[in-house]
Amino acid sequence: MTRRLLIGTRKGTFIVENDGGRWKPRLAGHAGGGVNYVARDPYTGRLWALLGFGHWGAKLSISDDDGATWADAGAQIMYPEGTKYLGQTMFEDPSSDFGVTWSTSLRKATVQKLWVIGFGPGGRVHVGTIPGGLFTSTDGGASFALDMGLWNDPSRGGDLSGATEATGLETKWFGTPASESGEFAPGLHSISVDPRDPARMLVAVSTAGVIETRDGGESWAPRNRGMRLDHTPEPEADWGHDTHFIDRCDGEPDCVWQQNHTGIYYSRDNAMSWEKVGAPEQDVSFGFAIAADDADGRVAWVVPGRSDMQRMAIDGALFVARTDDGGKSWTKHREGLPQEGAYDVVLRHALDAKGGAVAFGSTTGNLYVSEDRGETWAVAGNNLPPIYSVRWA
Amino acid sequence: MVSIALTRHLFQFFPQLADREVAVEAATVAEAVRALDDLAPGIAFYICDERGRLRPHVNIFVGKEAVRDRMRLSDPVAPGDTLSILQALSGG
Repeated sequence: MTRRLLIGTRKGTFIVENDGGRWKPRLAGHAGGGVNYVARDPYTGRLWALLGFGHWGAKLSISDDDGATWADAGAQIMYPEGTKYLGQTMFEDPSSDFGVTWSTSLRKATVQKLWVIGFGPGGRVHVGTIPGGLFTSTDGGASFALDMGLWNDPSRGGDLSGATEATGLETKWFGTPASESGEFAPGLHSISVDPRDPARMLVAVSTAGVIETRDGGESWAPRNRGMRLDHTPEPEADWGHDTHFIDRCDGEPDCVWQQNHTGIYYSRDNAMSWEKVGAPEQDVSFGFAIAADDADGRVAWVVPGRSDMQRMAIDGALFVARTDDGGKSWTKHREGLPQEGAYDVVLRHALDAKGGAVAFGSTTGNLYVSEDRGETWAVAGNNLPPIYSVRWA
Repeated sequence: MVSIALTRHLFQFFPQLADREVAVEAATVAEAVRALDDLAPGIAFYICDERGRLRPHVNIFVGKEAVRDRMRLSDPVAPGDTLSILQALSGG
C-alpha cells in the first residue's frame, strides 16, 4: 500500500504520510507560494513542483531528496522567441446587441501558468501550460522544448511565427479562467503517456478537448468522437470541448476516463471514441477530477459537484462515486465524509488513486484518504490552504 | 557602479543577495538586471518574463522615477544611481 501523498496548495507544498494509522500533513516547501501541481517522476524518483508565484512568474522546482530540500530547476519553462498565439478578449461594445464583443488578437507567448507534469521512460518529462503549450524534455529535465507540432496545429491557426496581425486567422481553441494573469487563454491540464509506447500520448486542453500524438509530438489529432458540446450550436465539433481531466488505466492502457464539463466519458479504445457514462439522476455527472484505477480499466472514481452553475458540493454533503463496470452503474460513498455544512470543491488535479488507495483535497483545505477503494474515508487535514493537486508519490 | 535595492521578498529565493550591498556596472536598466542575474542566476526571470518584459506586478525605480520602458528596460542609468526593485503588495 502506498503511504505518501504530495499536495500542491495555494500556500506551499505538503507531504502527507501515515503515522501510526493517522494521516498527517506537513509543510514540505514553497511556504507562502502557489503550488499548482506536485508529482514524483516514477522513473527517477525526483519530485517536481509547478509553482505559480503571483508576482515572480511560473517556476519549476525540483527535489532530489524526497522533498527535504527544493531548488529552482536549472531549465525553466520559457516560450521561444517569436512564438505567438491567437488570444481572445471580450470588450464593451455599445454597437453590439449584447453590449460586448469578442476580438481576436495575435499575442506573444509567455508562460502564464505551469499546470501539469507527466513522465515517460528514458528521461521524458512533459509540462502542460497556459497558454496551451506542451513542453517536453528528453534529458530528464535538463532542457525543455516547446512541442511545435501541437503549437502550430491548424486548429489554432497554424504556424503564426510570421504573422503580424490576426485578421483572417482563426483558432478553434478557447480559454479557461484558470490562468494566473486573468487572461482567458487555453490551458493544457492533462498528459497521459501510453505505457506501451512513449511516442503515443494523450493530452487534454480546456477548451479544445482530447488530442493524441502517435509520433512523439510531431503531429496531433483531435480525439473527441462521441463527446457532445451541450452548450454550443455544433455539439459534435472536432474541437472546443471542455475536457476537465483525463486519466488512463496503467494496467489496461486503452481504457481512458474523462471528466468533462458536460459529464463523464469512458473510452475503451485509447480515446478513439468516447461513451457518456455518468448518472445525472444520481447526481454523478458534473465535476472536475477523475481517477482511473491502475489495474482494472472498468474502475474509476469521481467527486461530483452541483452543475456548472454552482460548482460546489451537492446539498452541503460530500460523496465519492465509484464505478466498477465501465460506468454502467455508480455507487456513492459517504462514510467518513461530512454530510452537512460542506461546500467543498475538488479541482481537476486534486483526486488520485493508486493500488486501491484514493485521496482527494478541496479548495476549502480539507483532505480525505480512503484505503478501501473509496468506501470509507478518513480526514487527513481540515485546515490546509486551498488544495490544487493531490498525487500519490 | 549602480546600486540595487531589492525587495526582501526576493531574498527568500536568492539568499545570497541578502544583507549585502549590491552594485553593478550598467548603462541601462536592462544591463543592470542582466548583471544582477550574473550575481544571482535566475533572478532576471523572476523580475522579467521570457521576452524581457517587466512582470506586471513588479516595478523598478531609478532613483524616485519608475522605469518608463517596461518592455525592454532601456531607461538609462548612471554611476551613483540607485535602482529599486519591488513588487506590488497584494493577495491574501
